[in-house]
Amino acid sequence: MDQQTQFRQQVKTIYRLLLVIFTMVGLITAAGIYLITDPTLSAFESSTIESPDVALEEDEDKIENGIHLRTGLIDAEGLMTVVNNCTNCHSAKLVTQNRMNEERWIATIRWMQETQNLWDLGGNEKIIVNYLVANYPPKKKGRREILTDIEWYDLQD
Amino acid sequence: MKRRNFVKKTVLASMATIIGADIVFGSKMLKGYQPIVLQDQDPFKMFNKDRGMEVLNDKPWNIEAKAHLLDDKITPNKYMFIRNNGLIPKDIDVKNWTLTIDGESVKQKKTYSLADLKSKFSEYTYQLTLECGGNGRSEFDPPAKGNQWTVGAVSCAEWTGIRLRDVLEDAGIKNNAVYIGYHAADTHLSGDQKKEPISRGAPMVKALQDETLLAFKMNGEDIPLAHGYPLRLVAGGWPASVSGKWVNRISVRNKVHDGTKMTGTAYRVPCEPVAPGEKVKDEDMCIIESMPVKSLITYPKSGAMINQGKQLKIRGHAWAGELEVTKMEYSIDFGATWKECPVEKPANRLAWQHFSATIDFPEKGYYEVWARATDSNGTSQPMLLPGWNPKGYLNNACHRIAVKVK
Repeated sequence: MDQQTQFRQQVKTIYRLLLVIFTMVGLITAAGIYLITDPTLSAFESSTIESPDVALEEDEDKIENGIHLRTGLIDAEGLMTVVNNCTNCHSAKLVTQNRMNEERWIATIRWMQETQNLWDLGGNEKIIVNYLVANYPPKKKGRREILTDIEWYDLQD
Repeated sequence: MKRRNFVKKTVLASMATIIGADIVFGSKMLKGYQPIVLQDQDPFKMFNKDRGMEVLNDKPWNIEAKAHLLDDKITPNKYMFIRNNGLIPKDIDVKNWTLTIDGESVKQKKTYSLADLKSKFSEYTYQLTLECGGNGRSEFDPPAKGNQWTVGAVSCAEWTGIRLRDVLEDAGIKNNAVYIGYHAADTHLSGDQKKEPISRGAPMVKALQDETLLAFKMNGEDIPLAHGYPLRLVAGGWPASVSGKWVNRISVRNKVHDGTKMTGTAYRVPCEPVAPGEKVKDEDMCIIESMPVKSLITYPKSGAMINQGKQLKIRGHAWAGELEVTKMEYSIDFGATWKECPVEKPANRLAWQHFSATIDFPEKGYYEVWARATDSNGTSQPMLLPGWNPKGYLNNACHRIAVKVK
């Protein structure tokens, strides 16, 4: 009896081991197949990160609340011309941070053409400048602005 | 995006079911994968920055701190602003990294390995204030072009390295030397190999100061990649762009260095004051040298509410470029009255100084605490924006925080 129980237990152990090994092989195969279809593992990206790649794979030029998600630029006439000409070398954040009038936007384009290898924009220049002036015009701040967006909290000491 | 989390959780859960207790392995595996996936996207992980930092630009990377994040006396990496003009160099080969001293005014062109530099010259450690010339740019009207820094493009870390002077003297400086200019391993945004993203420098008098370092350590450790690993210049008190990162060559020039961002309007202000928005010719723009007197309230964070009768403790730092801060004051009535408060001596020349105060408020209501530093020449911070300039440099207007007494 003792030997039989021992034998049974051995069989059970081998069975469990085999099960684990098969499952692992199965998993690795599944992972392999998954990797072939999604080599960047994009499905495992954390949800807290705004990933431009995710937008790319879903809809490259998705607009939400009037904003072109991939770049953060305002959706308005000329948007795609700006995206295609102004976000190759630098981030669109360099555009959206700035506020200028027509003359200074043009001066900025000239500066980039003279020093930063920006190409001749041809007929697109007018479209781009109009877009920039309409959507990113200077804002009056005066000599000192009031404090805004204050997040109030109870200070404990 | 929630779908992704669901997938992740489902995969983990099913793995747990199949393998039993092996969930630890599963979670570790996924954790291990994440940084690879996010490498190009998550600057906070990539540069070890606190998530409270503000990303102004991701190509090139420009990230700033907020006032309350700069509360430490010595700024740790996680709260140190990043200012890049080009792309951070990749695949740095420390073993073969060299520094070449050349230029019209060097007696003998010389090349040193990192090991040479470390063994041949004495090591020094200083706390040095580095502030971006454009810190505070966002407040100018008419607005100035560029990254819209608010208050957080400043830091004071502890830098360890060798004196630039010792290396320059080892190579030999000719009598006609005027300026040094650095060259570095970062690359131009356009991908053009012939262009340098930035190549600035300083007059010989600054280059030869005791505190002007060729640093290889920050806060006792290898300099983080984004801050110039493995070798950078640190010239405290001057626009931080003088402190070139990833430096591999320094030219001793017989004229003012004419590298990228030395000429035109870059890091220059009108030689004579101009009206806001006025056009200024390139030849009427002068290179910024020492940064102006400035201070920052780093505690409490703006927006504090306290009960009536309670005192408010504030603290922060003050700095004055090449000079020292000799007086610190605060006002709770928009400058109608100022109270002086103690400010410590700097740990060494060019280190920022710490101030603190305990404030009583007369009655309930909305207050702003304004801080004002005065330098050893008797010059104070303005409450309004200082002189407008086309590129929006040198905004040293008083910092303030909002406080409510309930």
